[in-house]
Amino acid sequence: MERPLTQYIHPDGSPRLLREYVKDGGYRSLQILAAGMAPQDLQRLVAEAGLRGRGGAGFPTASKWSFVPMGSDAPKPKYIVANADEMEPGTFKDRVLLEGEPHGLVESMIIAGYALEAEVGFIFLRGEYHLSAARLTQAIAEAYAEGYLGKPLPGTAFRFDLHLHASAGRYICGEETALLNALEGKRAIPRAKPPYPQTVGLWGQPTIVQNVETLYNLPHIVNHGSAWYQSLSRSKDGGTKIYGISGRVTHPGWWELPLGTTARELLEQHAGGMVNGVSFRGLLPGGASTAFLTEEHLDLPMDFSSIPSQVGRLGTGTMIVLDDHTCPVGFVLSLEKFFARESCGWCTPCREGLPWVARILESFEEGRATHDDLALLDMHADLLGPGYTFCALAPGAMAPLQSALKYFRDDFVRHITLGRCPVNSKQKRHKVLV
Amino acid sequence: MLTDIERRELDDALKHYPDKRAGAIDALLIVQRRRGWISDDSLLDIAQFLGMTGDDVDSIATFYNLIFRKPVGRHVAFLCDSISCWIMGYEQVCAQIKKSYEIDLGQTTRDGRLTCLPIACLGHCERAPALMIDQDVYGDVTPEKVESIVEKYK
Repeated sequence: MERPLTQYIHPDGSPRLLREYVKDGGYRSLQILAAGMAPQDLQRLVAEAGLRGRGGAGFPTASKWSFVPMGSDAPKPKYIVANADEMEPGTFKDRVLLEGEPHGLVESMIIAGYALEAEVGFIFLRGEYHLSAARLTQAIAEAYAEGYLGKPLPGTAFRFDLHLHASAGRYICGEETALLNALEGKRAIPRAKPPYPQTVGLWGQPTIVQNVETLYNLPHIVNHGSAWYQSLSRSKDGGTKIYGISGRVTHPGWWELPLGTTARELLEQHAGGMVNGVSFRGLLPGGASTAFLTEEHLDLPMDFSSIPSQVGRLGTGTMIVLDDHTCPVGFVLSLEKFFARESCGWCTPCREGLPWVARILESFEEGRATHDDLALLDMHADLLGPGYTFCALAPGAMAPLQSALKYFRDDFVRHITLGRCPVNSKQKRHKVLV
Repeated sequence: MLTDIERRELDDALKHYPDKRAGAIDALLIVQRRRGWISDDSLLDIAQFLGMTGDDVDSIATFYNLIFRKPVGRHVAFLCDSISCWIMGYEQVCAQIKKSYEIDLGQTTRDGRLTCLPIACLGHCERAPALMIDQDVYGDVTPEKVESIVEKYK
C-alpha cells in the first residue's frame, strides 16, 4: 500500500461514507489501541515511525507530544486541536484530505486523544472550506451514531468528543497560538511562547495543535507499525507526503508519494514539465513563506532534512512554479501584498514593515524604483527575520523576498534601469471581453 | 433584538463552550447568515447575548475576513488574489468582473445582486484562477467564463 492517505479517495470527488470507510479498514486502529496499547506505548510508536509535522515546520510529532503532562495528576481537560486552517498561498493538500476522506480526520483525532489522554477535540476549519465543512459534519454525526465518538472505546475508560469549528477567515489563524485565541472567540493575535500550548493552551489547558496531514498518518502507523511506515519513504523520516504543484506546468495537481521524492521528479514526471513556450526559473517548495529553489536544487530530496538551512526548507510541500514569462518582482509583490494584508497588526515590524515592502515592490513594477529602494528591500529582509517579530509571519514573508533578491537580483535592477517592468507586456494571456 | 429562532440557534451552537464568550465568532457568523451582514444593531444584539460590550464584539468582528460590517448584495463573490491565481490570470478575471458588472472590488452591483471582494488563497491552486460565490468554488476561471458563472446567482 503505497498511498495510505489518499488511495480510497473517489476520483470524481463524490463523498466517502462510513460504511465504505469501515470496509476499507477504517477505525480498526481503535481496536488495536483498546486491545492493550498504553498511551506511552503509542507515543513511542509514533517516535519510532519518524512522523514529522506536515503543516510547514516539520517538527517531530512525538517530541511535540512529549511536552504534554501525562498521568492522573495532569491537568484536565486536555485538548486535541486539528489545524485545518490551510491558507498558505499555493497550498491545497489538506483540502484534498478533508473533502475526500473526512473519516480519516475523525479516526486520527481519536488516536491522538488516546495517546495524550485528551478527551476533547476541536477541528479548527477555515470558513471558506464549505465542502469540507459539510463532509466533516456528516462524518462526525456518523461517528457519534456508531459510537466511535462519545462512547468509551470497548474495554477502556477512554472516550473522545469532537467539535467542528468553522472560522471566519484570516491567515494568522494558522499560527497555533493565534488559532487558540480564535477558538476562544477573540482576535487571532499570537501568544508569547513559552509557555507552549502543550502545557498552557486552549483555555489554559494542555493542548496539542496538529496539522491535518500529520494527523492522517496516525491510523496507518497504528495499523501497520513503524518499520512499515519508515519503508514508505526515501528519507530518514517516515511516510509519504502529499506533494502539489501549481503555476504554468502541464498538469497542476497533487500526488501522494514517498517522502524524499525530488523536485525534478515532481516537476517533470508528475506535473509534465512547463507548458509550451515557457521555461522554468524557480519554485517555492512549500507555499508562500518558503525560499526559492532554482534549477541547481531540483535534484534535492523534498523532505525535512535534505534542503540545507541556508538554502531553504520544505514547508508544506505544495510547490508554486515561477516561469520565465512571469516577472519575479511581480511574483514577490503578490506575495508581500498578501502578507501585509494578513498581518495581525500586533507588532510594529510586521504591521509597518510589510506594507512598506509591498509599496516599494509596487514602485519597482511601476518603474519608479531607485537603487536606494533595493537597499531598503535588503534591509527589510534582514530586520523582519526570525527573532525580531512576535511570530513567524513576517520572517516567512521575507523568505521568498530574500531568495528572490539573491537569485533574481538582475530582474530587480532592470526594473530600475529600464524604468518599467520588462516582462509585463508578456503577462496578458487572456483578452478582457468588452 | 435577537429573534427566538436566532437565540435558540446561538444557544445550541455555544453549548459546548465553557464560556459563552468563546462563541463570539460563531455568534457573528450565525447572525450574519440570517441577516446578510452585521449592522451596529446586530452587533449590539450579539454583545448583549454574550455579556460583552459592543466595542469588544466590534474588535472581533472587524478582525475577520468573512464577517461583513457593511451591507453586501444577495450574493458575495470572493476572487482569490493570491500567488497561484495571480500567475494563472487573476488580473484578467478581475478586470472582466469590473467591466461586466460595473463594480470595483469591495462594491455591490446597483441592483443589489452581487458584491465582489478579494480573498486570500482559497486552496484551489491546482485549478487557478479560483472564484468563490457564496459557498460554491469555481476553478480554471477565465474572462470568457465569468458571466456564465455569475448569471446562476440571481
